[in-house]
Amino acid sequence: MNLTLKIWRQKDSNDTGKMVSYNVTDISDHMSFLEMLDVLNEQLVNSGDAPVAFDHDCREGICGMCSLQINGEAHGPDRGVTTCQLHMRMFKDGDTITIEPFRAKAFPVIKDLVVDRSAFDRIQQAGGYISVNTSGNTQDANSIPIPKADADEAMDAATCIGCGACVATCKNASAMLFVGAKVSQYALLPQGRVEAKERVMNMVNQMDKEGFGNCTNTGACEVECPKGISLTTIARMNREYLSASVTKD
Amino acid sequence: MSKLDSKIPGGPIKDKWTTYKDKINLVNPANKRHIDVIVVGTGLAGGSASATLAELGYNVKAFCYQDSPRRAHSIAAQGGINAAKNYQGDGDSNYRLFYDTVKGGDYRSREANVHRLAEVSGNIIDQCVAQGVPFAREYGGLLDNRSFGGVLVSRTFYAKGQTGQQLLLGAYSAMNRQIARGKIEMFNRHEMLDVVIVDGKARGIIARNLVTGEIERHSAHAVVIASGGYGNVYFLSTNAMGSNVTAAWKAHKRGAFFANPCYTQIHPTCIPRSGDYQSKLTLMSESLRNDGRIWVPKKKEDVEAIRSGKLKPTDLKEEDRDYYLERRYPAFGNLVPRDVASRAAKERCDAGFGVNKTGEAVYLDFQSAIERYGAEQAKIQNIENASHAKIVELGEKVVEAKYGNLFQMYEKIVDENPYKTPMMIYPATHYTMGGVWVDYNLMTTIPGCYAIGEANFSDHGANRLGASALMQGLADGYFVLPYTIGHYLADDIRTGKISTDSPEFEEAEKNVTDRINQLVNNNGTKSVDYFHKRLGKVMWDKVGMSRNETGLKEAIEEIRSIRDEFWKDVRVPGAADGMNTELEKAGRVADFLELGELFAKDALNRNESCGGHFREESVELDGEQKGEAKRDDVNYAYVAAWEYTGDPKDAVLHKEQLEFNDIELKQRSYK
Amino acid sequence: MSTGKGMTSVGRKVLMALSGFFLLIFLLQHSAINFLSVISPDMFNEVSHFMGTNPVVQFALQPVLAFGVFFHLIMGIVLEMQNRNARPIKYVDNRPGANASWMSRNMIITGIMVMLFLAIHFYDFWLPELNVKFIKGDMTGLNTEGQYRYYEELRHKFVDPIRVVLYVLSFVFLSLHLLHGFQSAFQSVGFNHNKYTPTIKKLGNIYAILIPFVFIFIAVYHFITKTA
Repeated sequence: MNLTLKIWRQKDSNDTGKMVSYNVTDISDHMSFLEMLDVLNEQLVNSGDAPVAFDHDCREGICGMCSLQINGEAHGPDRGVTTCQLHMRMFKDGDTITIEPFRAKAFPVIKDLVVDRSAFDRIQQAGGYISVNTSGNTQDANSIPIPKADADEAMDAATCIGCGACVATCKNASAMLFVGAKVSQYALLPQGRVEAKERVMNMVNQMDKEGFGNCTNTGACEVECPKGISLTTIARMNREYLSASVTKD
Repeated sequence: MSKLDSKIPGGPIKDKWTTYKDKINLVNPANKRHIDVIVVGTGLAGGSASATLAELGYNVKAFCYQDSPRRAHSIAAQGGINAAKNYQGDGDSNYRLFYDTVKGGDYRSREANVHRLAEVSGNIIDQCVAQGVPFAREYGGLLDNRSFGGVLVSRTFYAKGQTGQQLLLGAYSAMNRQIARGKIEMFNRHEMLDVVIVDGKARGIIARNLVTGEIERHSAHAVVIASGGYGNVYFLSTNAMGSNVTAAWKAHKRGAFFANPCYTQIHPTCIPRSGDYQSKLTLMSESLRNDGRIWVPKKKEDVEAIRSGKLKPTDLKEEDRDYYLERRYPAFGNLVPRDVASRAAKERCDAGFGVNKTGEAVYLDFQSAIERYGAEQAKIQNIENASHAKIVELGEKVVEAKYGNLFQMYEKIVDENPYKTPMMIYPATHYTMGGVWVDYNLMTTIPGCYAIGEANFSDHGANRLGASALMQGLADGYFVLPYTIGHYLADDIRTGKISTDSPEFEEAEKNVTDRINQLVNNNGTKSVDYFHKRLGKVMWDKVGMSRNETGLKEAIEEIRSIRDEFWKDVRVPGAADGMNTELEKAGRVADFLELGELFAKDALNRNESCGGHFREESVELDGEQKGEAKRDDVNYAYVAAWEYTGDPKDAVLHKEQLEFNDIELKQRSYK
Repeated sequence: MSTGKGMTSVGRKVLMALSGFFLLIFLLQHSAINFLSVISPDMFNEVSHFMGTNPVVQFALQPVLAFGVFFHLIMGIVLEMQNRNARPIKYVDNRPGANASWMSRNMIITGIMVMLFLAIHFYDFWLPELNVKFIKGDMTGLNTEGQYRYYEELRHKFVDPIRVVLYVLSFVFLSLHLLHGFQSAFQSVGFNHNKYTPTIKKLGNIYAILIPFVFIFIAVYHFITKTA
């Protein structure tokens, strides 16, 4: 198929940037979206132009590096996939596809479609961990039984890949799904309960400092999340936060 | 030859590590504050090492090329992590894990290292659970296990099909805690481009800031290379797009010997290639082989009918299917080790039984598992005389609970429903057992330069068992390196901060800058990918699953000529001062083009078949094992460690003879 | 809610939800009393008089209500401004409808429309009431003929068709606001449970349609029956 691509080009963080149109031809149905962009970049390199910079790495939907707002949706029109798993069979010959970087004050553009998501790292550094040292002398892994339902739910929350689609898609650029997922994972496990109060307070504070918006429960994040993280994680975070702020000194 | 000292401690194998730890030098906590350690790479090995070293009190500088340490490619590991916990009471023990790993590696690994790995494996699980890793559990609340290829026990712990992700996020969380404390200084989007040697010791690195293009000098008292494997030398692999050999290769060029480069793992269960544009291959976890049965049609006419779409695989009668693994290896069946399964698939496809248009695919079929689980569920739920449809429905639910995300991934890529029609799979490059040579302390032949995880030549010998990579990465980072590095750093407590103004840093930086300038100003006509694809094709065709002398000699020549052409004709658009993704790729491919040659040279040198390295000249000619790989313990029971002398073709071979005192060398039989 | 350095985003949304809950209860009671005007003018007069003159209602509940309304409004505007600020560069191609309902995305619009109505409402009812009771000091609730005036005044307001149309429109906006707001308030305070949330959502939809419908019905009823 032949396509017209409208892509955000921005030389560096100081550049104002603009949308630029490109044409690509002979795109196969079986290609992934990023492979289609590879074709474009090969074309650009061969004509001596700078290729479009975009983040990507594992190309199997788990590293969370790829992003892209495609036709107005984070990771494109398909559900439950990242951009690298989006296949061109979702598009048809003659389509015009708009490709923009994830937009948020907390995600400044570095170049073209590459954004800086280090705000997520800083939120994790504020409390997204359990304070145990690597001694090898922790108690046996089976010493605390954890109900399967809790372990499974913790796992569901833990599958977050930190791609930022929730922020990109939220009309408020809110990061609550991301933070809610991490808070939930630990809140559900006995090992994480120990520091649960400090954790939720610190992570929420850091999230606010980074300049993310507020949650208005539109649910868009849940729909666009490639890993299907549920809104229940945000509710749990709210609950944890509420009880921590009421009971903590 | 005397250059290689593996420093294996004396004493009985089961006491070596304990006794050794009791006797090594330690650095007191107050002095650790004055010692800096650089860790390159933040996967399971690098991440766990950074966190642990920082917890101990060292000042850690960690580097990764991704935008966050959480994205290192360990994250993509699906199936699980082995540990000799014997929670299932099925006869597992440290010894058995040790034995299985040495045997699985086709007797080409160092006994003492492997035993140590088995000893600490249990601690890894304890540590990860304490960190909040949500491993799968049974209804009683205890940890669940599954079984992986090449072993007879269930010792694999898992977190759905995302074990690597969960373990890495565990290590990442431990890092975050130290980053917050200021004990780890994190350098995201940085790539190490050289290691700096001062007075014979590794004292720092030169790194490029991938956002600004700045070339930076970083000093430390020790440098740890944890940059993963080099499977991308094949262009197509299951590795991440950015996975590269550069850090390891730069260390090699500065004096670290590179060991067994030819040991590559070709993973049997990957989604087959669909076209030339393809950028990478996707793995389907080995855990699928627990329940999936691998087959091709028995008759050529059925193959033709399937390829042309006239016949659906589900319509093919049971007696017309060739479950070739079950046929050839009745004892292990579909759970033979990866190298064996891969070669068997290639054998069938080469014989013309491949089931897709390219002729490079075999079926992985869940029908009987679905029916078996369905019948079991019907019984549990007391459904009498359940219809076949009901049984299938129940069975699909069980299979979904076990492998749902993998099935979904498959469907998204291939556009076929694997619950209803068998998956198509084919082997693909997945892991490299070879890597930087290290001694028992994980130190390379450069004093103060360590290599851990997949980057070192590792504990897996010539073939790695499933779910052992995660185990080794975390063992190295959490439990081995933090001890052994102290032994070395104990001599550095009075050294003080290492200056970056020395001539050595000067020279290394210039070296890096010159090379970058050369690439950017080359003004050639071909893209980086053009050369990478050509290299990949040579590697796959001639240094792939099956190798012979003629092919390897040709490969060496071809790689050399591609490399010459690359330097003459590569085009890297854009400038060096700023983000330039083509420049990054160019630097990596340039190193692959050197490694590729050493790889082929090593494969040519090793005229035996062992593990992932299969030489057509070395097969069993008769008896029960006819046609199987033939190892040559008399001539090749050594680690081939190559010394760089200016050109891969002139690399000098050093041999570390492997001694087997606790395990008897045997033909590896899975029949 | 706060951690010493001002209120956090989670704190703000919890307060938004709590004030929302409060308004939900208020609406329920308001609609119930108003509905009496359809069933029985006398009962309506009695209850209105009680509500209008009881000191607890007037001096405790009413200021709380006023504060609740005001707080909900101001907080809503603050949140909206912060949220807009969180994405300074907008998308060129934006398809918000692909993943979220119109109601959830436009709470500020439906909310402001409801507030505009409230302004009219104050002008119609609240200001005259304040005038009669606290400025003129007439706490009897009686008209010149010695009967309760409330029912009559209510009827009088629904004579003008334009006002009725405005009134009806406002309650359509209220309905849209509630369709998201009801269940959203539960989510904000952390109540999301696989077992109960579907029921809450259903209840929310019923509430969001029924309550505005009652108000609309009352207005239309009095308008239609005005000549009778």
